[in-house]
Amino acid sequence: MISSDGIEDEEKWLAEGIAGLQQNAFHMHRSLVPIPKPNPNFVRLNFNSRFLDFQFVVVLLKDSNNLRDALKYSAQMLSELRTSRLSPHKYYDLYMRAFDELRKLEMFFKEETKRGCSIIDLYELVQHAGNILPRLYLLCTVGSVYIKSKEAPAKDVLKDLVEMCRGVQHPVRGLFLRSYLSQVSRDKLPDIGSEYEGCYSACEFILFGDPELRPAIGLSGLQGPAREKEKREKERSELRDLVGKNLHVLSQIEGIDLDMYKDTVLPRILEQVVNCKDELAQYYLMDCIIQVFPDEYHLQTLETLLGACPQLQPTVDIKTVLSQLMERLSNYAASSAEVLPEFLQVEAFAKLSNAIGKVIEAQVDMPVVGSISLYVSLLTFTLRVHPDRLDYVDQVLGACVKKLSGKAKIEDSKATKQIVALLSAPLEKYNDIGIALKLSNYPRVMDHLDNGTNKVMAVVIIQSIMKNNSCISTAEKVEALFELIKGLIKDLDGTPVDELDEEDFKEEQNSVGRLIYMFYNDDPEEMLKIISVVRKHILTGGPTRLAFTVPPLIFSALKLVRRLQGQDGDVIGEDMPATPKKIFQLLHQTIEALLSVPAPELALKLYLQCAEAANDCDLELVAYEFFTQAFILYEEEVADSKAQVTAIHLIIGTLQRMNIFGVENRDTLTHKATGYSAKLLKKPDQCRAVYACSHLFWVDDQDGVKDGERVLLCLKRALRIANAAQQMANVTRGSSGSVALFVEILNKYLYFFEKGNPQITSSVIQGLIELITTEMQSENSTPDPSADAFFSSTLRYIQFQKQKGGVMGEKYEAIKA
Amino acid sequence: MVLVLALGDLHIPHRAADLPAKFKSMLVPGKIQHIICTGNLCIKEVHDYLKSLCPDMHVTRGEFDEDTRYPETKTLTIGQFKLGLCHGHQVIPWGDLDSLAMLQRQLDVDILVTGHTHQFKAYKHEGGVVINPGSATGAYSSITYDVNPSFVLMDIDGLRVVVYVYELIDGEVKVDKIDFKKTATTHATH
Repeated sequence: MISSDGIEDEEKWLAEGIAGLQQNAFHMHRSLVPIPKPNPNFVRLNFNSRFLDFQFVVVLLKDSNNLRDALKYSAQMLSELRTSRLSPHKYYDLYMRAFDELRKLEMFFKEETKRGCSIIDLYELVQHAGNILPRLYLLCTVGSVYIKSKEAPAKDVLKDLVEMCRGVQHPVRGLFLRSYLSQVSRDKLPDIGSEYEGCYSACEFILFGDPELRPAIGLSGLQGPAREKEKREKERSELRDLVGKNLHVLSQIEGIDLDMYKDTVLPRILEQVVNCKDELAQYYLMDCIIQVFPDEYHLQTLETLLGACPQLQPTVDIKTVLSQLMERLSNYAASSAEVLPEFLQVEAFAKLSNAIGKVIEAQVDMPVVGSISLYVSLLTFTLRVHPDRLDYVDQVLGACVKKLSGKAKIEDSKATKQIVALLSAPLEKYNDIGIALKLSNYPRVMDHLDNGTNKVMAVVIIQSIMKNNSCISTAEKVEALFELIKGLIKDLDGTPVDELDEEDFKEEQNSVGRLIYMFYNDDPEEMLKIISVVRKHILTGGPTRLAFTVPPLIFSALKLVRRLQGQDGDVIGEDMPATPKKIFQLLHQTIEALLSVPAPELALKLYLQCAEAANDCDLELVAYEFFTQAFILYEEEVADSKAQVTAIHLIIGTLQRMNIFGVENRDTLTHKATGYSAKLLKKPDQCRAVYACSHLFWVDDQDGVKDGERVLLCLKRALRIANAAQQMANVTRGSSGSVALFVEILNKYLYFFEKGNPQITSSVIQGLIELITTEMQSENSTPDPSADAFFSSTLRYIQFQKQKGGVMGEKYEAIKA
Repeated sequence: MVLVLALGDLHIPHRAADLPAKFKSMLVPGKIQHIICTGNLCIKEVHDYLKSLCPDMHVTRGEFDEDTRYPETKTLTIGQFKLGLCHGHQVIPWGDLDSLAMLQRQLDVDILVTGHTHQFKAYKHEGGVVINPGSATGAYSSITYDVNPSFVLMDIDGLRVVVYVYELIDGEVKVDKIDFKKTATTHATH
């Protein structure tokens, strides 16, 4: 039917066909005016007159010019459909135009019958059309009116029509004709159980036509030149569309109930599908079946439907078919809780799982991505239908592991994407990492991912935990989780992280740090186990990771220490493992690991945190040891002057708060701290650190620590340094530096003056104020507005204290400012 | 009327996973005109998050901040008020009001915002205010036990500032309000 002529010719032929069709349609319209009155002289014709000429028969009818014309022009119009020159696509265009015209004719026929014209007569009459194709279109048109009139059993009429339609042997013309029949009779195909029972068998014919025609559906278009092949492929797909349409019609016939579908319709369709032996056609038809019939039918016929799959051509894209089936069923399950028992009753999961296994086994050449996407569909299905059946989920993952086992890590990006989808699905469904941790096959699937994707998946897992704020409460679960995210925890296969962007790496490691705060158990024993597990894993991370992961671990442990703080370990017994002491040992060793990074400043800060926590636990020696470590680091490792300043402030600040040390230990440490302070690089830093040290000798809430003399020593030393700083400025810049340091020291004097330090007297303060005033008025001094403002506000403060009156006011009375 | 968000000591990820969800849902972009952060964020992601709430952001350096470029102290003027910002680990004894008052005089500010102790505080002091917004994540602190997550919102209007403190207590956000009026004579005369 395909001419070797070009597309242009086909366009021309189509245009000609449409023109002819429209011309005749025009005449037909003119005659579609109702016949003036009922026709008493209508001559009954019998079947034998079928071969008489139209014109001749119609003249026998009195006053029936209109009808005669209508039939004549419509037959001529339909003759255009006799062409063999058009491809199915173009033919469809022509057909649709004829179809619209025939609707009008059908209306006309209906009107005629209402006016008394016998439908049986009409039915006979149209059979006189000269050519078989127009005749059959007209017959189908009248036939649909006939069925509706119920003047004859629908079954008989339909059977008659179907029989006659067999007469058209041409594949395209035949298919379109049957399509027409199914379309016009669709709404008339009646309910089963009514008087029309049995007509469904006719449907089978509508669907697939004559056995001889079947190859046309699945033309094996592999022969001939390439151009031909392409054309034929196209044609074949167009034909398939038509069959699909027929299937659709079939599905809309209300008369087909589940039993009929199960016993007759589906087996017959599948038989046809299997027999057609054409991969594309089979794929398309299976897809059609899945799309057009109702969900509950699929569910009840799963076995039959799935049973056909292995019988299809090995090259059929069965995974897409199955995926679509599972997707439909998943949606069905999600539509209403009421349908779920059906799924259980038919053991849908087992059947699908089984079928998938068979397909994967049978199609050895299926790429990995194909089989994994099948498992993704199955997993989606079971997550929707059987959310309570974790064993199903694990089973699917297990099947996937089995499929992947023995293979190297997956490199195919499409396949890894599918694996990520597979592993993400349970997380998204349950929003609970605890579920994933219960799935024994989960980590085994992850093992098949390449390192990059493994990390991506680990990040997905962490994000899921963070998003859902899931608390992971046992050491066992934490252990399992670390197995899942090991791609982030350490270098896999010894490959370094150099390929990774520094920023990304930081982000990843920080996410691990955050994760540590999702581990929690009320029971200190279990919490300590958790911390030990975390520690074990993060210590494998190597120098690049430790700086990120150690601090969260330390603080998490310190939180636990605080919980245990009130408890006295001895009361419960020697072997109680979760004691602050034990945790401090763990912390000590953990911070030590930071030295390999090296991260001495960080380690120093953490040691100080531990020292303070040990202080709160009344563990003097432990606290002392932490301080010692901090000091060693300060002396040996902290070289940057800015870092030293921060470290000194933290050392002094921490030490100031320690209340556990005996005199000797305290002296050693304060002595060291003061010494370091005086050795800072920049004079102003020295000065500030030294005056800060004054607080080490005078602590409000510690009666034993009120050494006014040493406070004064510190402040005097600070003054000397401030002086030196100013002289230095004199030498280097030719002018004395800022007096800001003196104002700061003045404020410290005021501080201890208020605290009642007997060494700090109003006259000392008075002297200092005068010194600053002189300095400020000196010609040498550099103008410093901020120092001026500071001094002014300090003097204002003194006034403020004076005016306040009371004890403080009296104290301040002696200071003139 | 100007809204200033003051917060600090988030210590993410060292001591907390994230800001409390309830805080996050309250802190929406476009409502706040300035953010002042005392420090210890500690990482860039947190900085970026805060910046997304309000691009005008001022940060001082906490001892655990990975970004070492933050200054130790900072002053800024909003409306009629001069604000000073400092993390506070440099001010010894930590959290000591008298020592903070000295810093307030040193920076010559009406409102001093510091952190480090993880304990919310707001004092009127010598005609100024000293505020510690606490830890926005309720992070562990060696200084303060049982830290509740908290932050501060300042509504600055003319010579008046209303300090709202938001504290998350047992999963519920409690709001407290402190009113402060600046007398025109306080500092402006200098």
